[in-house]
Amino acid sequence: MLKQTEGSHAVAEAVALCRPEVICAYPISPQTHIVEALGEMVKSGELANCEFINVESEFAAMSVAIGASAAGARAYTATASQGLLFMAEAVFNASGLGLPIVMTVANRAIGAPINIWNDHSDTMSQRDCGWIQLFAEDNQEALDLHIQAFRLGEELSLPVMVCMDGFILTHAYERVDLPTASQVDAYLPPYLPRQILDPAEPVSIGAMVGPEAFMEVRYLAHAKQMQALGLIPGYAEEFRSVFGRDSGGLVRAYRAEDAETIVVALGSVLGTIKDTIDEMRDQGAKIGALGITCFRPWPLAAVRAALAGAKRVVVLEKSLAVGLGGIVSNNVRTALATQDTPVHTVIAGLGGRTITRDSLRKAFAQAFAGRLEPLSFLDLDHAAVDRVLAREREVRRSGPIAEALLRERGVPGARVG
Amino acid sequence: MFQIRIHGRGGQGVVTAAEMLSVAAFREGRHAQAFPSFGSERTGAPVVAFCRIDDKPIRLREPIMQPDALIIQDPTLLHQVEVFSGLAGEGYILINTSRSFSELGIGEFVQEFHAKHLCTVPATEFAMKHVGRPLPNAALLGGFAAVSGRIAIDSVLAAIREKFPGKVAEGNVAAAGAAYEFVLREMRGINHAQAD
Repeated sequence: MLKQTEGSHAVAEAVALCRPEVICAYPISPQTHIVEALGEMVKSGELANCEFINVESEFAAMSVAIGASAAGARAYTATASQGLLFMAEAVFNASGLGLPIVMTVANRAIGAPINIWNDHSDTMSQRDCGWIQLFAEDNQEALDLHIQAFRLGEELSLPVMVCMDGFILTHAYERVDLPTASQVDAYLPPYLPRQILDPAEPVSIGAMVGPEAFMEVRYLAHAKQMQALGLIPGYAEEFRSVFGRDSGGLVRAYRAEDAETIVVALGSVLGTIKDTIDEMRDQGAKIGALGITCFRPWPLAAVRAALAGAKRVVVLEKSLAVGLGGIVSNNVRTALATQDTPVHTVIAGLGGRTITRDSLRKAFAQAFAGRLEPLSFLDLDHAAVDRVLAREREVRRSGPIAEALLRERGVPGARVG
Repeated sequence: MFQIRIHGRGGQGVVTAAEMLSVAAFREGRHAQAFPSFGSERTGAPVVAFCRIDDKPIRLREPIMQPDALIIQDPTLLHQVEVFSGLAGEGYILINTSRSFSELGIGEFVQEFHAKHLCTVPATEFAMKHVGRPLPNAALLGGFAAVSGRIAIDSVLAAIREKFPGKVAEGNVAAAGAAYEFVLREMRGINHAQAD
């Protein structure tokens, strides 16, 4: 059924259609609307056979999800930003124990300085935690990926994070096609756990493992993620046959067949990138895009194949590995290790900085001209940064950096962009 | 694509207005995208929300920097925020006020725009009368349907009924209807004056 609704509500409805049995919730922007909506559905009885548990922290949210999943329940939670960091220890435990929890992360920057706006720093900080990480391009895909996430996670006995851009998607109203319960039931079978805490057949889950077996346990975690690479395209194919649309998969190319320049990105910025590409194509530029839907496991072969014909690659990413540069671009470089294709890292949109077509066009034109640096920062105010650095050289007690830059950059809210 | 930017203050229903406008466009079979300016919204602080309407899916995620129409829910923003930033000469301006453009001190400025694309409407007064609270958002959407002709009033009223529950919905529907009629009368006045 077509519906004009908020991204968070669309995701809540999709999660409800997946018949979760336990939902643990602790509020944090910009994820809150999702669990609020699910809470209302549980209370009204619209979502039956589900226990909604208000917990005291994100650490508790993930811990309760672990307990529920180990007891054989289909478990769901959602978080963002500092919330994901606060649950980090339990996040590793969920994957280490092989419990197929599904979690939405409404991507948001990490402080300090505190910032509620969107970037990918939160989920990128957990990229090696053993969870599968899927990134949604729009609200339709966010909704669809949750249905696929339960299927994939439960088949492999691995937890799955569905990453959607905070505010940009969670708070956007747009058209979505909400599936019917019978469609979801046809696609997503009931959860059959590989392990279960059952008093009738007692087992231990979470034993201490010493040097004699730890390597093997970790290896199997990796092997399972490699299995996911094989399963994901098939699940996307099957999804299309049931729901009638393309969603998910490993990577998705856009106008890339004859492209000399390919832009790699994750999430909602792909929409703005595609519009920019259309404009530049109209002017004769051979440019295309590669959207990464599955970031973990890293679809190395698919990325390599998609970028094989490119003369240059521009990775536009909403996170920064401080002291190195790009995170996604480092993964891309691994995929292109046997080729000498230049890979440019463009850090963009940190802490909600607007990514405009104008700025993208300029960066891509620089790439065509061979003038794009290996690492650059889209729309960075270099003059403001230089003034702060100069002051640090001149004055020992130069004061807090964030506050100095707020003074440099002027009044928030007076500008539209 | 037609792009509308709505300026107001936290608590005036700016974000809800953009959402309802997108629902109205959706009901007409069009693609629409509504989103807020994502600030830490506090009561009284300047707030911006955006709505894009198109015949094809909308992929663009940047804020609306070159709007085709502006809805200004609070005239005290005129000298505080760059509300007119990026508005083209063909653009529409609808301001919630009981005063005229000249009385607001922008009579000269708006001469750059088409007289038929400009209107002021006392939306807060309509809201007080029909809703009992100073929430001008629904009334302004009624006024916007009249000044722009880009959306049918019936779609706006249906969107209001979808967003609000029973009695609140009916109050807002009445306010939107009143503002629609008011703006239509104002527009007829302009057409009449131009014919003279």
